[in-house]
Order: sequence, then C-alpha cells, then structure tokens
Amino acid sequence: MKYIDEYRDPGLARKLLDEIRRKATRHWTIMEICGGQTHSIIRNGLDQLLPDTIELVHGPGCPVCVTPLESIERALAIAAREEVIFTSFGDMLRVPGNVKDLFMVRSGGGDVRIVFSPLDALQIARDNPSKEVVFFAVGFETTAPANAMAVYQAAREGIENFTVLVSQVMVPPAMRAILSSPGNRVQGFLAAGHVCAVMGYEEYAPVAREFHVPIVPTGFEPVDLLAGILKTVELLEEGRAEVVNCYGRIVSREGNPVAREIMATVFEVIDRPWRGIGLIPGSGLGLRESYARFDAEKKFDVTTICAEESPLCMSGSVLQGMLKPDGCLAFAKECTPAHPLGATMVSSEGACAAYYNYHSTVS
Amino acid sequence: MTIAPACPTPIMQHETVQMAHGAGGRLSQALMQRVFMPHLSNAFLDLLDDQAKLDLPPGRAAFTTDTYVVSPVFFLGGNIGELAVNGTVNDLAVGGARPLYLSAGFVLEEGLLLAELETIVKSMAEAARRAGVMIVTGDTKVVGKGQCDRIFINTSGIGVIREGVDLSCRNLKAGDRIILSGTVGDHGMAIMTSREGLSFQSRITSDCAALNGMIASILDELPCAIHAMRDPTRGGVAATLNELASSSSVGIEINETTIPVKPDVRGACELLGIDPLHVANEGKLVVAVAADKAQTVLDLMRSFDLGRDAVIIGSVVDDHPGMVVMRTLYGSRRIIDLPLGEQLPRIC
Repeated sequence: MKYIDEYRDPGLARKLLDEIRRKATRHWTIMEICGGQTHSIIRNGLDQLLPDTIELVHGPGCPVCVTPLESIERALAIAAREEVIFTSFGDMLRVPGNVKDLFMVRSGGGDVRIVFSPLDALQIARDNPSKEVVFFAVGFETTAPANAMAVYQAAREGIENFTVLVSQVMVPPAMRAILSSPGNRVQGFLAAGHVCAVMGYEEYAPVAREFHVPIVPTGFEPVDLLAGILKTVELLEEGRAEVVNCYGRIVSREGNPVAREIMATVFEVIDRPWRGIGLIPGSGLGLRESYARFDAEKKFDVTTICAEESPLCMSGSVLQGMLKPDGCLAFAKECTPAHPLGATMVSSEGACAAYYNYHSTVS
Repeated sequence: MTIAPACPTPIMQHETVQMAHGAGGRLSQALMQRVFMPHLSNAFLDLLDDQAKLDLPPGRAAFTTDTYVVSPVFFLGGNIGELAVNGTVNDLAVGGARPLYLSAGFVLEEGLLLAELETIVKSMAEAARRAGVMIVTGDTKVVGKGQCDRIFINTSGIGVIREGVDLSCRNLKAGDRIILSGTVGDHGMAIMTSREGLSFQSRITSDCAALNGMIASILDELPCAIHAMRDPTRGGVAATLNELASSSSVGIEINETTIPVKPDVRGACELLGIDPLHVANEGKLVVAVAADKAQTVLDLMRSFDLGRDAVIIGSVVDDHPGMVVMRTLYGSRRIIDLPLGEQLPRIC
C-alpha cells in the first residue's frame, strides 16, 4: 500500500535500530505522547527490538483514556433519555462509568449510534427534527476542528436539535504537568504527529526550553517511530533541548491554519479534569458563550453529575509515564479488557490494553 | 352518473410480505406456491409434509444449526440466503461430513418486498445446487414491522462423516502445519463498508462460498493426516486459531509476512483501525495437518479456485499452550488474542 509500506520496511527499520544502538551511550527515558504511537510500538514489538539503553514510557495521548469519569456519567445520563439520539465515536461505547457503559444504555433501549464524523451526527439531526441529537465531542487537537465545524454549521443552518457533550483536551499543558511532577522520569518526547498536523510545532519550543527536553514530532508507522527515537537520542546525547520535526510529510511548522481558525471560533481554552490525573489548568476546550446553546451539559442539565474513580485503578500513573501497565497490581487480574477498571484498559489506544492484547505474557 | 355496486373482495396480489402470509391460510399457501416452491422444489419438499423422511447412508451423522441475521441483507458477493446455505454446509464439511440435507426457517418482517424474498430464495436454491445439498423442510413466520430486520434465516443441516476421518479442534499436535486457504477479512469488510454511515465507497466483495468440494478432495486424498479443519467466520482467523490452541492445549505460531490480505481490505482495515485477523470470513478454511503431508494438502488446495491463494501461515508448538503468537515483520513477537466483542473503529 503506497505511503504505508515504505514506512513499514523491515530493512529500513533494522538500519534505524542499529543506528540507535550505536548512538545511545547511556540510559534514556523517552515518552511517546500519543496512544496510537503506543499501540504501533507494542503491536510491532519495537520495544523488544530497542537496546536496553532506551526505555519508552507511554504518554497520556489517548482521548478515550483521559475523558473524565464525570463526562462518561453525563453521557450515560443523556443517552438514556427518550428524546435523545446519542452519537459517538465507537471507542467511547465500551468505556465504563461507575456501573454502566453506553452499550448497556443501548441494550436498555437508548438510541446510541456509532458515527465516523461529527458531521454525520449533524446529518442525523437534520434527518430527525423531532429528536435531540447529541454528539460526544471528545479528543485532542486532532478531533477539535471537525467537532468545531459541526457546531459552526449547526449555528449557520439554525439547527436547534443538535448539541455536543464536550470533553476536549490539549497536549502541551499535559506535557507541562508531566514534566512538573516530582516523580517525572521523562527526558525526551515523541510528539503526536496528527496533533502537530493541526497545531504545527511552534508551541512546543517554549516547553523544550523551559524544561530542557528535546521534542520530536513523528508519525505512527514503525519507520516513523524509529526515526523519531533516533533523532531524540541524537538530541539527548548532544544535550540539545530542541524541537525537530521528523514527520515532514504531514507536519509543517504552522500546522493547519484553517483548522485552527475554526477551533478558535467555536472553542475557548478552559481548565479540564483528566481521568486518572486530575485538573490541569488551561488544558481543555469548551464552547464559547456565543455557542452555548449547543452545549449538551447545559441543555440537559447534567452539570451536577460527579463521579469517583476506582481506588484500585492506577491509570493516572500509567498516563504520566510513572508506571508501566504490567507494574499495576490489578493488571490482568481484576482489570482486563472484558472488565476494565480504567479507560487505559478499554480504548484501542490505551497503554494497558496494548500490553494486555499484544505482549503481556510473551516471554 | 351511477356507479354499479361492487362487492369488495380481499386483495390477493401483494408486492410486500403481509402478516397474513404467515397465518397459515390462503396467503401462506400463495407464498409457498409463488415464491418458495418454484425454486426449492424437490422430491422431499414437494410432499408438503410437516417433516422430511430421510434415508441416511451408513456412518456417523453430523448435525448443525446456525441463524443468519446479516445486515445489509444484500451485499457485494452475496446475500443472506446464499450465506445461510453456505455457512451451514461449511459447518458440516469442516467436521469431515458430506453435507446432505438442510432445513430452512424464515422470519420475515412485514413489508419486506416479495421480489427481494424471491431473489433470496433463488440464491439459496442455487447455492444448494452448487454445494450438492437439498433443502428438504422449512418454515415461515411473519412478524410485525420493526420486530425483525427484514429477514432472518435459520438453517440446520445433516451430513454423514466418512469412514476413518477424525477431525476435532482437540486433535492438534506439536509440529502440525497450519494452512489458510486464502485472503482474510473479505466478508466482514464487505459488510462493514456497505453499511450506511461510512463516507468511503469500496468494491470489497464477500468471499461467501461452500467449501465442501475442496474439503472432500483433501479428505479423499489424505483421510488420516488432517487433524482439524475450521472455517474462520466471526472473530476471524484470530478467534479460530485461539480456539484450536486452547482446545488442544498447544501453542500456535504464525508469521505476519505469510498472511494474505487483499489491498482494498487492508486499506479499509487501516482506515477503521481494525485488525484483518479479527474480521469474519465466509469462504475460507483453516487446516491443521501433519507436517510431512502439508505440502501435498497445500498443492491440492491450490488446484481449487477457492484455495488458489492457500499458504502455510504457521505451525503448532509445545510452548505457550492455549496461546497464539505471531512473529512480526520485524522479527519481534506479539500475542494474537481473541477479539473482544464488537469491532470498534478508533477515534484518531
């Protein structure tokens, strides 16, 4: 497959691995931000092939994993309402609240539908004027532009039966939170390529300078990841805390200005809680006052619903790179993909699910 | 002007399925005569008894049942009727049986177009003819609008197991080779990409087919060397291999480079974040065979159209019993686990 096979070439991967082995003279801890990167690393067994000097820790960039429990509970409450068609990306349906997930709401008679784009949800609203259509707008800077566009179009067309339940978060504040934490071990980052495709990478330069870490935007295929790791190792060995783009075919310095503009039109920066981590100031997006009528939390009056995490779940430490999934006492015991205690075990991007599915027991 | 008084008589000609079609009266009879019998007629069915009376050849009988609820009912490469015949034929054949007789039970939703029903029934008749089986008994029920999704079909089947053949998912032995008859994921992705809500179009065609011809040839040639056969339907090749490993308490090792996937199936899987090994097939065969006979079986399978892409994808090992491990393109290893419930497209 063109533009994929080139970046999965085993020969090229071997060369990059040799080069990493040659360049790394001491132990380095590198965090890949994005859950998609984590899955590719574990799925292809790249962590087994890297030299012992390179430790990869897995970051918080899994939108399903960091959506706070209270947002899930609010989604469940809204989805159960008779007049509502609740639409969501597929991943979110299996994320457990305290006792239920969206699948259980659906089997109890709720109209819960998987969509592939928020614009599909908007179309459902146009087609069902007597229903209230709600879209679960979760994710990072990658999903924010399309989610903003759906709201923008709804406003322009005067569609009154469409709202979004927003739980949007952003990467740079989370990186700052990780680097500021007293237990931090991260010395360099692989930044998430798709986030940078939207946002560019200029916003990472202050983080690199302030915390003295190299940051390397890269992609998701094995060759992208290994090239990103090699570049990070080179920067670390040379003591250079810089941002270097290793995903040139997708990412430019300024990102996608059109996408950023629609985000800024509809959303404003707010404080957001992250599941397992807690409140991170300025880390989220919420609807601007002028779009408040599209806010499902207000329309269905669910802002009072709060929720507590399971005390057994260590996903906060996993999401901050302080604990490997198989270092958690509940891993593969009380907590499995069939009975997840936390969202990191649910999502196809979650680090715990990746460990469980791909290499938890291969010796 | 005067209108001559007319006595209102019930409408007997319908274009869609009515509740009365399932009520056992005149409309039920009309449905039989107009839609079912012209295509399915045979010596057993024509008697219109409540049961078929069968003489089975000597040997152990194999008996199976499956219910088909696929949506959409029509898809590229087949329809629910063809699937219902081939699926049950395959379930008999992979047990080493020669499939002989099928039953067919229909649940029809009020309002289904009779022309569509006829197309489905016709496909069943053709599929049965191709597979060399007869549909010898059947039943039809009609449920109200919204109480089923257009049409559900149950088929049960009886076959007779040939002498000397002992196929079971408990029979795998270390050293056995695992052969896969062709590309993975065709049926599941044909269904998924033809559902509403996907904004890309594809020409991915279901692999829906009866495997009993190819299986009969393999068992004729090597009745004792074959240890197990399975058709990797729901859950895909990953689920089938896990079931085999776990039932036989052996490990299975497969090689990523050998797994055949059509480019468009791979593309759709990439886009949706789905592993082709987890996607359903409806005309594929997984064979566990003694190592010294693997090449013979492979050559034989490749002589059939349904097996022309057959490959040895791995082998059975003593290590990690109950577990399927794949050697990746890069030489690392990862576990191939059972898929968990519905395949969920990822967010980003």
